[in-house]
Order: sequence, then C-alpha cells, then structure tokens
Amino acid sequence: MTNHFTLRVNGADHDVRDSWLGESLLDVLRDRIGLLGSKGACEQGECGSCSVVIDGELVCSCLVMAASTIGQSITTVEGIATDGAPSDVQRAFVDAGAVQCGFCTPGLIVAVHSLLESDGEPTETEVREALAGNLCRCTGYGRILEAVERVVVERRR
Amino acid sequence: MAVFVATDVESAVQRLDDRPDSVVLAGGTDLMVEVNDGRLRPSPDADVVAVNRVAELRSWRHDSAAATVTIGAAVTYSEMLDEPLATLAPALAEAARTVGSPQIRNAGTLGGNLGTCSPAGDGLPVLAALDASVEIASVAGRRSVAVLDLMKGPKRTTLEPGDLIVSFTLPVVDGWQGYAKVGVRNAMVIAIASTCLVLDRQRQRVGLALGSVGPTVLRVPAAETKFAAALDWRTMTAERDAVQAFGDGAAQTAAPIDDHRSSAEYRRHAIGVLTRRLAARGLDTAGRAA
Amino acid sequence: MTVLDAPSAIRPGTLGDSVLRPDGTAKVQGSFEFCSDLNAEGCVWGATLRSPHPYARIRSIDVSAAWRVPGVLAVITADDVPGQANYGLIVPDQPVFAADVVRYVGEPIAAVAGDDPEVCRRALAAIEVDYDVLEPLIDAEAALDPNTPAIHPDGNVISSQPVIHGDRDATGDVVVEATYEVGMQDQAFLGLEAALAIPDPGGRGLEVYVATQWMHEDRRQMADCLGLDPESVRLVLGGVGGAFGAREDISLQIHTSLLALRLGRPVRMAYDRAESFLGHVHRHPATMWMRHHATADGQLVKVESRMVFDGGAYASTSEAVLLNAVTQAPGPYRCPNAVIEGHAVRTNHLPCGAMRGFGVVQVCFAHESQMDKLADACGVDPWELRLQNAMHTGDTTITGQVVHNVAPVEECLRATAALPLPDEPVGGHPRADGSADVMKTPGGAGRTTDASDVVRGIGWGVSMKNLMYSAGFDDYSTARCRLADGVVTLKFATVEVGQGFVTLAGQIARSVLGVDDVVLGRIDTQVGSAGSTSASRQTWMSGGAVAAACRAVRDRLFLHVAEQHDVDPGQLEIDGTDVRDEASGWRIPVVDASAGVDIDETVEYRHPATEPLDENGQGDCHVGFVFVAHRAVVDVDPELGLVKVVQIATAQDVGRALNPLSITGQIEGGVAQGLGLAVMEEIIQTDGIIRNGNFTDYLLPTFLDMPDVVATLIEQPDPLAPLGAKGVGEPPTISSTPAIVAAIRDALRQVDGVGRPLDRVPVRPADICLPARASASSTTG
Repeated sequence: MTNHFTLRVNGADHDVRDSWLGESLLDVLRDRIGLLGSKGACEQGECGSCSVVIDGELVCSCLVMAASTIGQSITTVEGIATDGAPSDVQRAFVDAGAVQCGFCTPGLIVAVHSLLESDGEPTETEVREALAGNLCRCTGYGRILEAVERVVVERRR
Repeated sequence: MAVFVATDVESAVQRLDDRPDSVVLAGGTDLMVEVNDGRLRPSPDADVVAVNRVAELRSWRHDSAAATVTIGAAVTYSEMLDEPLATLAPALAEAARTVGSPQIRNAGTLGGNLGTCSPAGDGLPVLAALDASVEIASVAGRRSVAVLDLMKGPKRTTLEPGDLIVSFTLPVVDGWQGYAKVGVRNAMVIAIASTCLVLDRQRQRVGLALGSVGPTVLRVPAAETKFAAALDWRTMTAERDAVQAFGDGAAQTAAPIDDHRSSAEYRRHAIGVLTRRLAARGLDTAGRAA
Repeated sequence: MTVLDAPSAIRPGTLGDSVLRPDGTAKVQGSFEFCSDLNAEGCVWGATLRSPHPYARIRSIDVSAAWRVPGVLAVITADDVPGQANYGLIVPDQPVFAADVVRYVGEPIAAVAGDDPEVCRRALAAIEVDYDVLEPLIDAEAALDPNTPAIHPDGNVISSQPVIHGDRDATGDVVVEATYEVGMQDQAFLGLEAALAIPDPGGRGLEVYVATQWMHEDRRQMADCLGLDPESVRLVLGGVGGAFGAREDISLQIHTSLLALRLGRPVRMAYDRAESFLGHVHRHPATMWMRHHATADGQLVKVESRMVFDGGAYASTSEAVLLNAVTQAPGPYRCPNAVIEGHAVRTNHLPCGAMRGFGVVQVCFAHESQMDKLADACGVDPWELRLQNAMHTGDTTITGQVVHNVAPVEECLRATAALPLPDEPVGGHPRADGSADVMKTPGGAGRTTDASDVVRGIGWGVSMKNLMYSAGFDDYSTARCRLADGVVTLKFATVEVGQGFVTLAGQIARSVLGVDDVVLGRIDTQVGSAGSTSASRQTWMSGGAVAAACRAVRDRLFLHVAEQHDVDPGQLEIDGTDVRDEASGWRIPVVDASAGVDIDETVEYRHPATEPLDENGQGDCHVGFVFVAHRAVVDVDPELGLVKVVQIATAQDVGRALNPLSITGQIEGGVAQGLGLAVMEEIIQTDGIIRNGNFTDYLLPTFLDMPDVVATLIEQPDPLAPLGAKGVGEPPTISSTPAIVAAIRDALRQVDGVGRPLDRVPVRPADICLPARASASSTTG
C-alpha cells in the first residue's frame, strides 16, 4: 500500500511510481506507463474512448482507480494485436471507412473485440446496444456497424 | 492515503474503522467522476477501501424457501442482466439495462447506487418498490435495515462512518414487476423520471416507487392501497378508471423540480403516464385490463 | 447505408475510387499521435484561470499565493501579454486575458505553469480575483436596444445586415408566419483542445503543435499577441480529434506560447471536457421571425424575415455567420422578392462562431418549417411545394446573384423520394424469440413505450449552402508538389480534422500527375496558407491547389522527357509508374524519367472573386452553392414526447464523387449532428451560467439513436469547380434537422388533426406532449 505498485498490462508488468493514489487507470496508462492508445474525452465514463478490458470485463479506464487493479489483467488497444499486424476488427474498421478523426477508434476497437468474444453472432440491435457507450462524433456510426458486420461474416467462415 | 483492496468483509470494515475518513470504492462510476473533477481528493489520513474483490459482495443467492434473493452489494449491473438472476428479479434487470453504457454496467453496483443515493439512481426505485432490506456491516457487527429507511435525500443516507453495505435482500414476487425510465436519449441517459411497479399477487400488495421526482426515491402509499383495493387479484384485472386514478395519484405524489434536464411539469406528467403504462403492462401480462 | 457503387473502370487509388485513409491503420492501433499525446523533453504543464461570472468588473487580481505553491513555475496575466492585448478572427475584440472586465463564464484571466496538472490546479485555486459582479446581458433582443448599456467598447451590435430584393411591397394570396428558435449547439469533437509549445533555444520564436482548423490564421493572431513576426511562430499540426468549427478560433494557442516563451522551456496545455465547453465558440442561438407570401397554388412571392443571432460575449465570426443566414433565408427556392433584416449581437453568453452549417443551419430550420406551413395553407403536398419552387441553374438568389453552379435541387428531391421507405413496422421487427425489440421504440432501453403508443411521421428538409468564403474575402489555398526519384511529395497546410483530405490529396496526385507513389509532407506553416478546413471548402480549394501543383510538375516533367528523349510532350501520359507516348507505345519509368531533376512547384489556387453586399444586401457575395434533400421517418410517442428516428433518406449534390466511401462518412456523420440538434443537443445557460457542460448532461446521439441512413449521390460535375466536385461536409447537417422536426409534426397531426408548432430546436419531450405555449404562428389566406 505504498505509492508504488505494479500493474499487469497487455501481459507485461509495469512498475508505477509517482502516481497519486486516487489517480485513474487512464491517466496512469497514459502518463506513467506511456501507453497513449487509450484516449480521454469526458472523464465521466460517458464516451468510451478510454475503454479497456480488466479481467475480461470492458470498462472505462477513466473510472477505474489505478491502484485498485493490482493483480488484475488489463488489456488496452495496444494489446489487441500483439504481433504488430492489425486484428480482423482493426482491418475491418479501416476497410469499411469506420475511421475519420480516429479519436474514439481505440476505445471502439477494444469494445468490438470484447463484444465479439462474448457473442459471435450479434444482431444489429445487439451491436448498437453493446456499442452505445462509445460516442463517435464524426461517423454517425454507419460505417462502424458495417465494419462489425464484416468481421462477423468473416469469422463465420 | 492508500488504496486497500479488501478480500473479505471483516478486513474491509476493520480498515474503515481504523481510518474513519476512508472512502469505499465499489465500481468507481460515481466516486471517480468526483476524483477526476477535482471535487474529491481522499484525505492523506484516509484510505480508499476497494470492495469489488470481496467474494461475499460479488455473489448472490436464492433462498427458495423464503422466496427471497440476496444480492451482494458489489454485484454489477451486467450480472443482474444474466440468468437466472434476471428472472428472479426482473424489474431489477430492466433497471440495470438502462444504467449508463455496457462499460458502466460492468463496473457499477447496487451498493454504490445506494451509497451515492441519487434520486435518479436506477436501482433504487426497484429496491424501494420491493421493500428490499439492506445488510450493513461494521466492526460492531451486522444489521439489516429497510432500504427505504436508509435513503434520506440527495446523496444522503443514514449510513454511519465505518459502515459497509454488504447485500440486499428482495422478495421473489409471485405476480408482476416492471421498471420504466424516461430520458432524452435511447440509451446511456440519466433518468428524468422513472417508476417501478410491483404487483405481488400472493400478498395482494402493490408497490410503486418513483425516481428523479423528489429529493430521494418516493413511494406512493395512498395510491398503492387504493389500486390494490381496486384490483381483482384473482383475474388480475382492473377498471380503466382505476388505472387512470393510480397514475394520477402517482403524479400527485411526485415532488419534482425544474432543472437543466427537464421541467417539474413534464416530470410529473411522465410519472402519471409511466405508472399507467406499467399497470396496463402488468395486467396485460398477468391478466387483462378490463 | 447504401450509396451508388463507384464505376469499376477507375484506376485504383485515383479520383472516384473509395481509397482508404493513409492514417487508418495507425488510428485503429492507437499509435496515431493526437495533439494531446505529444510531449517534449523538459515539458511542463500549463492551465488557465477562468471567470466564474458572466459579467463582472475585476477590481484586483492577486497572484502572490499562486507563486507560493510548490512546483509553480510561471503565473501570467494580461500584464504579461507583450503584443496586442486582443485577438479575433474578423475583429480583434477578445482579450488574451481579461484585465478589467469579464464578459462570459469561462473567460480567461490568468494562466499558470507547473510541474504537473495537480500543481497547476492548486496554483489556479490560489489566485485571488476580486470581482464587482454586474447584471449580465442575456437577452439578445435587449442587446439591440440602443438604451441597453454596452457590455463591450465596440458596442452590443456586432453586425446588422439587410437584404432587400425585388418589390418590397409584393404580397401573396397566402401568407404564413411564425417565429423560430434554435438553441446553442456544441461541436463536441472528441479530441479535446491541446497544444505543445517549444521555444527556440535562446531565440525569439517558437514552434507550436496544435490541433486547429487554420494554421496560418492562428499564426497571424498568435504573432500579433506575442509581439513576434509571423515567421518566428512556426505551427505544426498535432493530430486533430474532430473540429466541426470549434477550432477555427484561438483557444489555448496564445496562452501556451506565452508560458513557453516566459519559461524558455516546452509547455503543454490540454483542456478537459468541462473546460472545452467554455474554451471554444459554439453554434449561435437564433430567433427568427419569417413571413412567407405565395400564390394560391403555392408559388413563392416574397419572404420577409427578421433574425437575431446571439453572438455571446465576443465577435468571432458572427458577421460572416449572419451574412450566410440572411443571404440564404428563403432556402433553395426561387424567390423574387425579399425583405430580410438580420442582427448579430453581443450578450454575456458563451461566445459563438463557426459550426458545421455556419448560419444556414439556423435559417434552414425556419425556412423549411415555413415551407411545410405554406404547403398546409395551400393544400399542396410538402414535397410537391418544394419541387414547384426549386431553384435551378441560372436562377437568381435574393442578393441578385445568378446561380452559375450546377443546382440540382429538383434532382435531389426526386432521387430522395425514390429511395425506399423503411420496411420496419412501427416498433421495429420483433426479436427472434417473438418479443418486442425495445431498442426500436422511442425511449429505447427505458421501456417507456410499447408499439401501440407510437405514431409514425414523415418529413422533408431541403437546403442550399454557400461554399468557401464570401463577400470579397481573398480566399486561396497553397500546395506544393515535388517529384524526385519517381516519388511525388505533396506539401500543404490544409488541416486534416478527420474529413479525409489526406486521402484525397493522394488521389488527386495519382489522377492529375499520374504517379502512384505519393508521400505527404508534414502539415505545418512551412508552406503558404491553405485557408481553413471549414465552409466545405478544402475539396474545392486545396483540391484545386494540389491539382494545379501536380499539373505544373507534370508539364515540367513532360518537357524534360521531351528534351531528353526527343518525343512530343503533348502526347505524353503517366499511367501510375511509367511515362508513355500513347501513339508510339514508347515508355520510360517515372523514376528514370525524373532522374537527376528535382521538379518542385508551389501553386496558389484562388476561386473567382466575390464582392461585399451593398447597403441593400445585393451583390455576388458567394462563390457557389451546394444542395441536398432529406426525408426523415420518425416514430413518436405523443403522450411522453419521446422520439425514435427510424430512417433518414437523402440525395446530395456532390458535383463529382471523388471518394464515395469518404462522402458516405460525411453524410452519415453530418446527419448525426443534425439529429442531435433536432432532438437532444443544447447548451443550457441560466443567467449566463452554463448548466450542462459535460457529456453526462450535454447529450450526443449514441449508436442507438442513429437510424439507418439511405443515401444517393447526385453527380453532375460542376464546371466551376476545379475537380468538378463540391464540398460535402455541411449539407448533411443542415436540412436533416428540419426534416426530423417535420416528421414529428406529421406524426402529431395524425393524432389530433392539429399537431404542434414545434418552432424550436432541439424539440424537447414537453414541446410534444404538454399543452403548447402561446405560439406566434399564424396563417392567413
């Protein structure tokens, strides 16, 4: 319980020093560990840009106190495709035109992977409900829906 | 200040007792908003006691003999949507589905909802309408209190420093229950008016609770009694006028305010409509509106 | 959404192909560097102190306690601004730091630098400002009254603009009038304001990484206030997370630079969401009275209007916003006579300026509501009425300007009507298990509404929007094209905000120059201005500049090849990799053809000049126009006032579709913002104090609020446009709003035969279901 702890992020242990103990996981990921893929846009869990997976659950890292995740397994957008090549979801986002400014994109990528792991054949409504916590201001969501549908079809093969 | 990740109730309440200014962290969905906003900085002498890995708080159990279900305070809203819990507490599942986003539902808990005690807390009208009780632990031991007695006002409860919400016990109702909530968006929205209706056929009891229309969640005893008397519990039918009067009674009991989310006038109107619709839905399901 | 398939004969990567974003992979992997991701060695943080009052006199500012906070490195106020005290896009009326008066909640007063954000927060809290709180001016109409005390030395009226056209006394058989209101909308880009300023070692100058819309204009305003030559201020574009108009004005650029220059070390600033709501301009709230005159069968005779736009505390682009509004008040219709009066005024509200649609969004809600009212009064179908009045190429606008553009209003209307209506029944298709899909009914997850509570309505919205800058502004864009070793390098200061110019630029080079291997240089001020990424102008302007630069390089290459190889330069072509002579079949790889030469051309593209309006608001003030039609299908719960937009169908005039996928994205995204304004988005201020400056209470459409968008593109290449293509960004936002509101009105009319006026957006549930407040609407005839 000191101002020094270790977080397991994307399969690797990261020493965290100098954080203040109420600090959010999002800030620790970005400012202490240097993983800048998770984005902050609301600080209230309303936009989903900071989505990460902790022990299998999709959450907003801005609402997670970093020090409370000691011993848990954290996956960020950087941990989605470990070999450096984009995942099927990431490729589909580019191919379907689901990316414009791209600020919401990392959170959406994490959210779509999480959705398709729990349900490989979601209906359109289920996709919309599962991604309702990820705000996008550029696309109007149409191309994102298209990208998810492409992955579903691809994975069926 | 330190973050203490508790793994059992006893160590959690001990920690809370040792450092009385400590803050309980469950899902973080309320607390961290305040931290991020700079409104809350836990004092250097206090701890943050994280309770979302306390097994007792993370589990639920069904007591079929007593016809109750007991839900740990740190069970998440997502877990309330899973079967078989969703069938045992259907109104709670409906309310859980309206909470924030999937990300929030994966973190947010019923214990946190009560601890924050916002009149717009989605779980609270359900607990109130079901006359749920809450078990509270402290170093002095455990006690059980009616949820309704605990809620005192916006962000105010009768919880004492050192108290930890352990679980909620609610009846498994033979009858019908439902939740409805108005917001100006089809998902991820704070309630501007909400209602939970319970038609308990066995006890011939009506429970109606209103959210976002008073300093805390409201019950409407007079209208409940009147509607219970007007209801034919055998056939589960009621006259249209009785349903209308029930809605009117609920609307009159509501004590809403004007704010940036809505007007008092609309909120009161919505309570009347939601109450009538829930009643009709309950009767349509269990019987038929005459 | 479905769009017309692109023709298959297009060479991949060129114009007309749905080329993918070059930054797409970095963005999906989270490695794309947004401005807020940037850092530098030795960098410290800056933060801004803002006024809590909408209007107050500053008696004193005591910063001494802030200096005593451990870790504080700098504290600056208005006294520390070495150059011009004020800045502004059109007139410099806004202080870098308020010195004597604050005029809106959130106005900057001081800035601090410290080791980390927490230090800055404590330092800001330690600054003591003694305010004499004044009564705020919050009524735009009162601001017009000459007896109202001025809240700014420049007075309360920012701009007044009449448009008098034709016979001002003309009258029609049928007259409809009403007063409409539009609330204050926020651009709500997701990537918050951020900047990193790095001072030159020992020098008087600096490099600033910033997420902006217009690099050279930022530089001009920054240099003025920093007291530096523009050349000493070098801007580099940091990754931009959306803009929509909110980055056209200065926000943190000058503050960050002042701190960096003061400290001689890098400083970064980043707003959080709450500060962002205070730190950038918003869409103007507007009150618009309109009276339409028509013949008995619905032909427009005259439009009268008086409109007041609330500009908030400072001028920003209010004058230009108002010009757009008054000049396009009737919408895309032939209107022989007009009497329009418009005012933009100062109040103690948040400053307003650019947002997607720029003045036309407001008037479009009014004119389209009027067209429906007129259709109703004449007994004509709303679609027929629009068709009957539709503007065509060669028609004259109410400023007397002949529309030389392609003006396919009629085609947009017909093509939209031909798009299929949704096959979903009211309440949506049931789920696989037969239960109702609650997400398809108004109220969604809240389970407020059963299908039996729902009425479906259909509504229309049509709009025109001027492209590029107007009224005599010297509007140009610069591009540089270099060919070396077979590789084309493009350089421009055209800001990429997500719209996709970085994709389009490569397509232009591949089509115009013909070389497939294209590299983009860093977007910065080391090349001439590109103007702003706004006004749907970059496809036309920077597209025109890139095309011209590519053409110049191609011509020089052909001359070089002709000299070297004794071929006719007029017969040469480039097919992606090789220069070839079509007739003889001779060919040489570009890499060889360009060996040893460095062909480097920089071109400024200008559109045809425009002119300011005369005293009656007459003149050729706009460059050109774009048109669109929207049809909305909306399910309404009349008793609770909740809505679910089911479908938006649209046909949009694009000139030529240069990248159909990219256009699709603009259409769907623009519709989402129009939907937001129609039913949920508004910044609420009470007595000048913002009440919902966060994403919990400022509601943006989610995945569950957005309907299916069915679109078709009207492709009639515009001979005035350098690539035949018109800008596509703004139209989707403009008339989707009135279409949705018209659909709600249509549904409500089915309930009681009367309906509701719904003369204000966003439409609130109470507007639909509670007794209507007194309405100014009337119909005679």
